[in-house]
Amino acid sequence: MERLSKKPIIEVRHLNKSFGDNHVLKDFSMSVYPGENLVILGKSGSGKSVLIKCIINLIQADEGEIVVLGSPIQGLEQDELDDLRAKVGFLFQSNALYDSMTVRENLEFPLRIHWTKEERALGAEAAVKEALEDVGLLHTIDRMPQELSGGMKKRVALARSLILKPKVILYDEPTTGLDPITSREISQLMVRVQKKYNATAVIISHDLNCIEITSDRVIMLIDGTCYADDTFEALSKSTDHRIKEFFT
Amino acid sequence: MILIGISQRWNPQFWAIQTTEQVKYLNFLDNQFFKEAGEMSRFTARFFKEASKPKQEYEEFIHQCFVIGYKTLTLVGVTAFIMGLVLTIQSRPTLLEFGAESMLPAMVSVSLVREIAPVITALICAGKIGSGLGAELGSMKVTEQIDAMEVSGTNPFKYLVVTRVMAATLMVPLLSSLANAISLYGGYLGVNIRGHVSWHLYWFQVFDALSFGDVIPSLIKTFFFGFAIGIVGCYKGFSSQKGTEGVGRSATTAVIVASLMVFIIDLIAVQVTDLLGLT
Repeated sequence: MERLSKKPIIEVRHLNKSFGDNHVLKDFSMSVYPGENLVILGKSGSGKSVLIKCIINLIQADEGEIVVLGSPIQGLEQDELDDLRAKVGFLFQSNALYDSMTVRENLEFPLRIHWTKEERALGAEAAVKEALEDVGLLHTIDRMPQELSGGMKKRVALARSLILKPKVILYDEPTTGLDPITSREISQLMVRVQKKYNATAVIISHDLNCIEITSDRVIMLIDGTCYADDTFEALSKSTDHRIKEFFT
Repeated sequence: MILIGISQRWNPQFWAIQTTEQVKYLNFLDNQFFKEAGEMSRFTARFFKEASKPKQEYEEFIHQCFVIGYKTLTLVGVTAFIMGLVLTIQSRPTLLEFGAESMLPAMVSVSLVREIAPVITALICAGKIGSGLGAELGSMKVTEQIDAMEVSGTNPFKYLVVTRVMAATLMVPLLSSLANAISLYGGYLGVNIRGHVSWHLYWFQVFDALSFGDVIPSLIKTFFFGFAIGIVGCYKGFSSQKGTEGVGRSATTAVIVASLMVFIIDLIAVQVTDLLGLT
């Protein structure tokens, strides 16, 4: 009930998105409140990744409205969109680390646009080190992404999304392809950084362990619509067969 | 089975179906061609739009000049040297037959500077730079690195495409000029394998045979070669799809299309030079 008294930090209203004949999102609506960890759960190909890419305007929605941090994302000029994106961190499923750059250069990359030359000269080194310390990988600062393991790449990618101290972090399947132990470590790390940065998180996942650790609330995306919206505990006890098949 | 096959071939319906299928395939190829040409034109228009906006990525441009120019230098240099040497050795017997052996430096210099060195350099660059750009941008696209750049507030088109196309446009003429010089040096060695022409006489004959009408149009067309190689490589990489298979396809088609563009530009350049009376 506490969240209802707050103004949503992300609002998605009547979102529709199709790829040819494939209607991925059908009149989808949701609200994300400050400080919460919202998990979006759904089968592969159900449109989860499309949804968060629409939120950051990497994919343009066909219809509907998306408001992020009070700004309607579809109507923004490029400069305004870039400013807004500085407040939103995005962790890609494939990590998307620039493989021709070192870990340091990867982390410095977002600063070159959002910080002035003087700010970079004074604070870039400290910011990079702080972000890497947060994910426990300061010793990899001068390594190339190819020299890192899957879990380390994920942590570096998380550090890069934290470098601008975002208010919202979007995670696209953060534990996919990781072993259960690393997956648990990443999930715990996500909770830690969320608390430290006081950020709001939207997590796309179908990893139940990750969802249990990270979620405050879970939205089930089935057939392009919001099928259920409740806590992990409540959904895991549901008798609805379409919900149950995710938890068995 | 053979009899059935033969009887099918005598059936007019069989040929009607075959022809319809072929027409459909040709239509498909036509559509694909025009679609691709249209997309590439839009990509080129976007290049000019983005390149004309303020705030250029100078650091990345200089880095790309190093990658495209310096790292292609050895390949271009060795090829140019062999080209000059072989051309001289191959041309010698024919000129000897006409008693025009003394024309060898002049003939070699005009052939190399006007046509062979720029085109061969451009083809080497189409292979090395075109495939490199196609594969690099293609793999960045399929591993979401381009999306990550966009999310971080960087304009990926400006950072990746504008810098690379501009670097290719600037570096190919420089490489071509260098190829001219090295291939002419190869020609000097070629002349001296069987005969003897002094260093001074050779270069005197080379420069005496060349005019601005030979050098300038050939230099100008290399800017267009560089631009075409850069834009095709970036377009193919940027529009890469279907995972690693798509990356491979982007690299291959970038080389094919860029090489074809080099020949088309060369053909146009010859016509324009001819029209302007510079031949």
